[in-house]
Amino acid sequence: MATPKEMMTTWDKIQFGAVLPSFENPEAKKRSKFHSYNYKVADWRVEKPVFNRNLCIDCDFCWVACPDSCFEVEEVVNKRGKKQAKIVGINYNLCKGCGVCVDVCPTPIKSLLMFPEQTNDNEALKNWPKKDK
Amino acid sequence: MAQKYELKSKEVWDGNTAAAHALRQAQIDVVAAYPITPSTPIVQTYAQFLADGYVDGEFVKVESEHSAMSACVGAAAAGGRVATATSSQGYALMVEVLYQASGMRLPIVMTVVNRALASPLNIHGDHGDLYLGRDAGWIHLIANNPQEAYDMTLCAFKIAEDSRVRLPVTSNQDGFLVSHTAQVVKPLQDEDAYKFIGSYKALNPLLDTANPVTHGAQTEEEWHFEHKATQHKALMDSVNVIEEIFAEFEKVSGRKYNLVESYKIEDADVALVVMGSAYETAMLAVDKARENGIKAGLVMTRSFRPFPHNEMAKKLANVKAVAALDRNAPMGAMGALYNEVAGALTANGQSAVMTNYIYGLGGRDTTVEHILEVIKETNKNAEAGKRVTDLQGFVNLRGPKLSFN
Repeated sequence: MATPKEMMTTWDKIQFGAVLPSFENPEAKKRSKFHSYNYKVADWRVEKPVFNRNLCIDCDFCWVACPDSCFEVEEVVNKRGKKQAKIVGINYNLCKGCGVCVDVCPTPIKSLLMFPEQTNDNEALKNWPKKDK
Repeated sequence: MAQKYELKSKEVWDGNTAAAHALRQAQIDVVAAYPITPSTPIVQTYAQFLADGYVDGEFVKVESEHSAMSACVGAAAAGGRVATATSSQGYALMVEVLYQASGMRLPIVMTVVNRALASPLNIHGDHGDLYLGRDAGWIHLIANNPQEAYDMTLCAFKIAEDSRVRLPVTSNQDGFLVSHTAQVVKPLQDEDAYKFIGSYKALNPLLDTANPVTHGAQTEEEWHFEHKATQHKALMDSVNVIEEIFAEFEKVSGRKYNLVESYKIEDADVALVVMGSAYETAMLAVDKARENGIKAGLVMTRSFRPFPHNEMAKKLANVKAVAALDRNAPMGAMGALYNEVAGALTANGQSAVMTNYIYGLGGRDTTVEHILEVIKETNKNAEAGKRVTDLQGFVNLRGPKLSFN
């Protein structure tokens, strides 16, 4: 992808050895402009995973398996009073559409399914497969 | 903590042993190497030092030279002082990663024992591997004897790791003629050597998990040019740092090194440019030529890259004819030394007559008589004030005279 104009620097101000820091301020976890979080790095995706919160059991398999750390989580307290990561969505800025998350999803009806890139998420959820009666 | 190695003020070492001791004294964090003739004893001796408790760092046995340099790149990016050794085919296999190391600005030190490149296969000394790495963005220091192999290896660490440089450095010595020739070497004591080099300062280390960084980023047409220009600038500017560090080294060792070494060049009409062990042979030839009434002199670049073109031109300011002796098959051109020196002279408006000689390929003997013959031929150009000999000749080649114009 093209570098944004405001990031273009000259040879005398360039990152030494092309080493890119993740954080501007590591202690405050302030991301640097080089952090891939700030880039569109998923332009070439043709199929996307859609996440169905209603079916998810928060096993976090997708979070572990995702090669691009796309799964967004929230820290919640579960019924037994323990801290747990709740999957809340997918960062489509990072997702390349590899489909590994769908493969590892263990629910009887998958909580993650691949849809063509242009599909509206609500449409996809409406068309989600139902349990055979 | 590593044991102290007892060293006498004078040791009898060959070039390989000298280089291995310099590596030991540098207290390297990681050495990853795949032994190859004639540099095998550097790796072997270093591993023995490790086994005997004289080294604290890691030694990584790898499956090829490509892996050796790759492991070095990884370890250096992780934030350690790193070194390796190789020769010839191993060097050739490393080449891809040499470019990575220099572009990533990793101050790796590589002790190279120069050996011919196949084919035909040959284990003996010439500068085929050195010339192969010429454009890899490394600094290449040249040693002519075991003492210099030791000294240049120590200096290599200090030059590479200088904050103004941060580039990988090779310390080169001729296969067998230096690497396997035992001579008296005056080493520094361990603490003095380490004090000279200094402790390693990591820059953007990968292992700093509190401040994660990306090494080896991809840069396309928008960025690559700027990065390469910056790297080239560091290499060009490093001549000043090299001179500075040579001056510092003189203070601790009493041995003076220069960007361009010379012998009896001050009043010379005829100059030879030679690099490596043949420099010392050429010194004797210069003496003989002077006995025969030819005012001969000798120059050598201590660093092949960066090439000190202005210093070289200055040394050759008053000569009438120059012969550049290249120990590498030039394959369709003049030798690299001829090109560099001719360029340096032209750029400075100097017009000494230039010729090129190819010598010593695959370890072919080059004696005082051979070099004396070159001086005599070059003297014809000096006397005529123009080129009357062939442009490119071959020294000690069997068969009818081979030359090019």
